[in-house]
Amino acid sequence: MTQKTVLNALHRELGARMVDFGGWDMPINYGSQIEEHHAVRRDAGMFDVSHMTVVDLHGARAREFLRHLLANSIDKLKVQGKALYTCMLNEQGGVIDDLIVYLLGDEHFRLVVNAATREKDLAWIEQQAKPFGITVKERPDFAMIAVQGPNARAKVVGLLHDVDRPRIEKLGRFAAAAAQGPHGMPLFIARTGYTGEDGFEIMVPEDQAVALWKELAAAGVAACGLGARDTLRLEAGMNLYGQDMDEDVTPWEAALAWTITLDEGRDFIGRKALEAQKAAGVPRTMVGLVLDEKGVLRHGQKVLTPQGEGEILSGSFAPTLNKSVAFARVPAGVTDNVRVDIRGREVPVRVVKFPFVRDGKACEGI
Amino acid sequence: MSASEIPGDLKFLKSHEWARVEDNGLIRVGISDHAQEALGDLVYVELPEVGAQVQAGNSVATVESVKAASDIYAPVSGEIVEVNENLADKPETINEDAYGDGWLFVVKASDRGELDELLDADAYAEQIENEDH
Repeated sequence: MTQKTVLNALHRELGARMVDFGGWDMPINYGSQIEEHHAVRRDAGMFDVSHMTVVDLHGARAREFLRHLLANSIDKLKVQGKALYTCMLNEQGGVIDDLIVYLLGDEHFRLVVNAATREKDLAWIEQQAKPFGITVKERPDFAMIAVQGPNARAKVVGLLHDVDRPRIEKLGRFAAAAAQGPHGMPLFIARTGYTGEDGFEIMVPEDQAVALWKELAAAGVAACGLGARDTLRLEAGMNLYGQDMDEDVTPWEAALAWTITLDEGRDFIGRKALEAQKAAGVPRTMVGLVLDEKGVLRHGQKVLTPQGEGEILSGSFAPTLNKSVAFARVPAGVTDNVRVDIRGREVPVRVVKFPFVRDGKACEGI
Repeated sequence: MSASEIPGDLKFLKSHEWARVEDNGLIRVGISDHAQEALGDLVYVELPEVGAQVQAGNSVATVESVKAASDIYAPVSGEIVEVNENLADKPETINEDAYGDGWLFVVKASDRGELDELLDADAYAEQIENEDH
């Protein structure tokens, strides 16, 4: 059965076009995906991301457990509220999921994992947690609204209780804190996102999510669908689980090396496989592509290179650039002379470094 | 959209192209409002050459939205006599006015009888009604 977030009826009221998104009935846009994309790049937009799974971990050995479970180092989190982006790997070094982990206390961490991978993630985490005596508790009582864009933080801060404003205004990147929202609603506010813009991701008790959405709308935050979220994160060079990596792909092959910490003596799941692959030579790499002529690079298109074939992972028209960009997995060593088969036509593309867009503008060389 | 909002003078292919017989007998072709809504924001349109011969039911153009690329089929056979050049710079015109300024091309039909094979506005409205359920 299709699941619905607590904001579902409101999306429909707002005229959203709804689609199935990993078993969830979610808004893809409220009219124009491109206008929603621009709203986030230029001002402020909000997304219902309540379908994402929030999991709380409690236990005296919680930190020790996460040293084992996660490929990034939990010991980078020293201060309460700090967050870390990381992969969770299987023994083969394949990516089970990517997630954000928050340090909430000496014995309390919070994970936010993808909606489409909820069941396998929970099963995996519970299985791994058992020997560490960790309590794994899903938090379906939270709704989540991402507010993103150059003016997003100011608009959210304006809605908070006076006492909380200075503290949330000063909240650093990849940090979270509790604050009181409109009508005294208790919020968990994180300065994180999936658009390449500044902003917050806000957890709110389910029964107060509609009220928060309406307050944000009244403050001039545009309702945005998951369509815009996808083009925004692609421009920002951020991976999408299931499209850019999965259990058969290692972080080395998915441009996620920056999230791997091979700190001494830490035996995390997948480490041996990662080290072995690195030593043997990583056969595939993920690159950015830009199409300068007409057309749209799309998932599944064949990529032709002097070193062999590859494929388009995430690909789309990029509204900020007014042309198409993509991630592609290609044989290692590909730098040039790349073409993509677009509906039977071989079209030359440029291999580039990503992100494609930063601070609302095209990056150099895009 | 309800049936009353689909212009009654249009004929449709099941694949969502519309055809309108103009006063001069030429046939103007576009995609339905339902189709543009389903595709979302259009970003590229590839049109046939003026002078090209097209066959009813064959793919003659492509429209691409942020979401997907979609083939456009000719509702009737004949010669392309005009294409909507404005769409090269403003593909979003199709989103804004699918039955008007967002037209794609004009065909000089070789056999107007082919028009009888198309759906009328009511039948098309019924089709999209059923699609939504």
